[in-house]
Amino acid sequence: MNFSLQERYRAGDSLLHRLDPRIKVVVTLVLIVGIVMTPSAAWPAYALLWVLLGGLALLGRLGFWRLARTAGLALPFSLAAATLMFTTPGNEVLRVFGLVVSDAGLARFAAVLLKSWLAVQAALLLAMTTPFTDLLWALASLRLPQTLVAIIGLMYRYLFTLRDEAERLMRARAARSGSAANHRSGGSLGWRARVAGGMVGSLFLRSYERSERVYAAMLARGYTGRMRALDPPPLRWQAVVLGGVPLAALAIIQLLAARWWA
Amino acid sequence: MVGLNERVMSHHTIEVENLSFRYPDGRLALDDVSLTVAPDEKVALVGPNGSGKSTLLLHLNGVLRSPTGTIRLGGLPLNDRNLGQIRAWVGLVFQNPDDQLFSPRVYQDVAFGPLHMGLPEAEVRARVERALAVVGMGDYAERVSFHLSVGEKKRIAIATVLSMEPKILVLDEPSAGLDPRARRHLIALLRDLKQQTMLISTHDMRLAAELCARAVVLDGGRVVAEGPTEHILNDADLLERHGLEKPF
Repeated sequence: MNFSLQERYRAGDSLLHRLDPRIKVVVTLVLIVGIVMTPSAAWPAYALLWVLLGGLALLGRLGFWRLARTAGLALPFSLAAATLMFTTPGNEVLRVFGLVVSDAGLARFAAVLLKSWLAVQAALLLAMTTPFTDLLWALASLRLPQTLVAIIGLMYRYLFTLRDEAERLMRARAARSGSAANHRSGGSLGWRARVAGGMVGSLFLRSYERSERVYAAMLARGYTGRMRALDPPPLRWQAVVLGGVPLAALAIIQLLAARWWA
Repeated sequence: MVGLNERVMSHHTIEVENLSFRYPDGRLALDDVSLTVAPDEKVALVGPNGSGKSTLLLHLNGVLRSPTGTIRLGGLPLNDRNLGQIRAWVGLVFQNPDDQLFSPRVYQDVAFGPLHMGLPEAEVRARVERALAVVGMGDYAERVSFHLSVGEKKRIAIATVLSMEPKILVLDEPSAGLDPRARRHLIALLRDLKQQTMLISTHDMRLAAELCARAVVLDGGRVVAEGPTEHILNDADLLERHGLEKPF
């Protein structure tokens, strides 16, 4: 069984790893918003944005191409935008099953693909250079509501437990997936779907029950709905300056895009 | 074809030769393990936590596969072609019955194996009924497995493989988490299953003494001792060295 659910953090000691997580969170958010707001036909801007992200990846010793490849994992989700090809008015370039693909539509779709790929790279940069616990206190000290931070933290903690649980269920199913001579094994599609449905149901029930046990254990240790944490270290001006560098690059790219490529 | 299978299965042995297994993270879990269990023999596999017992058991019906070493079950080598047949012959009972029971209702879980084998419906019903009767849970078919006690779940878990009428039973820590009464029931139940070759991994030395004539000690992924259970269980030094203790 192979789940692509794994810890993204890559231990390291680069400048990017050492940068204050609060700065990294803010810079990442601004980068993502900037990427999304790029005018859709500003093709040179995408190339420059990629260079910017790739440069950061090199700075974090993560590998330019590896980051690009890993971000590709999220591309299937942007297929949801495929309808743009057919719905945007423009000149016909292609017909698929009687549906007209317009040039403007194709360009918009390509822009969506590029933007989501770049935005995922930005998010990965953050996830790969920041331990999850650091992200949590960074989010908390950026005034994200405590409850939300607690939910994110618990979700992350139990995501892997849930994955293991699912893995064990599938292992149990595999162990009893036998065949007998003279019989066609495997069962019908409908039956297999019902079995899988039952497994999803079991998984839900167990997670639900585990959540109650976990909550009871938290109450038993004095949980009152607030996660107490140590005070975060003071923000240093060097970190702010460093965080400003990619943002300045982003601003320049956006200015160029707005001035010449839009 | 049927004739061939029956001939092959006339000796339902477990044969493991030079099996080594490394987890993807590089940890060596099994180190050159060789082990043979004769037809209808019951063998105890004892060893401390993390000694590789569960890993070895997961190999016996191909849930885990290792490129080194050979495994033969009922004389049939474990490979892609024989996998389905071997899974029907080898009933693997997991340590945690919650892992074993993945369906909402008891009946669906016990029927899963035979249904997957493609048996006709009447046969499936008969087998489910028989399997539940053997473990003494005949009235539980329509119950929601989620709400049963650990002891009940354990027995249902055994029924889920008995319904496949396996020739070999492989049990991982069958008595873990059971109260004394449920444990006695379990021991009686396993003792009465005389048609199956059994390999039982356990820390429960008294269970091993009661059920198995022979014991194999596994530690650090290696077979460190092997012999009549009585001898092994009286060797306090050996047990101490490998994180176990004398039962009496």
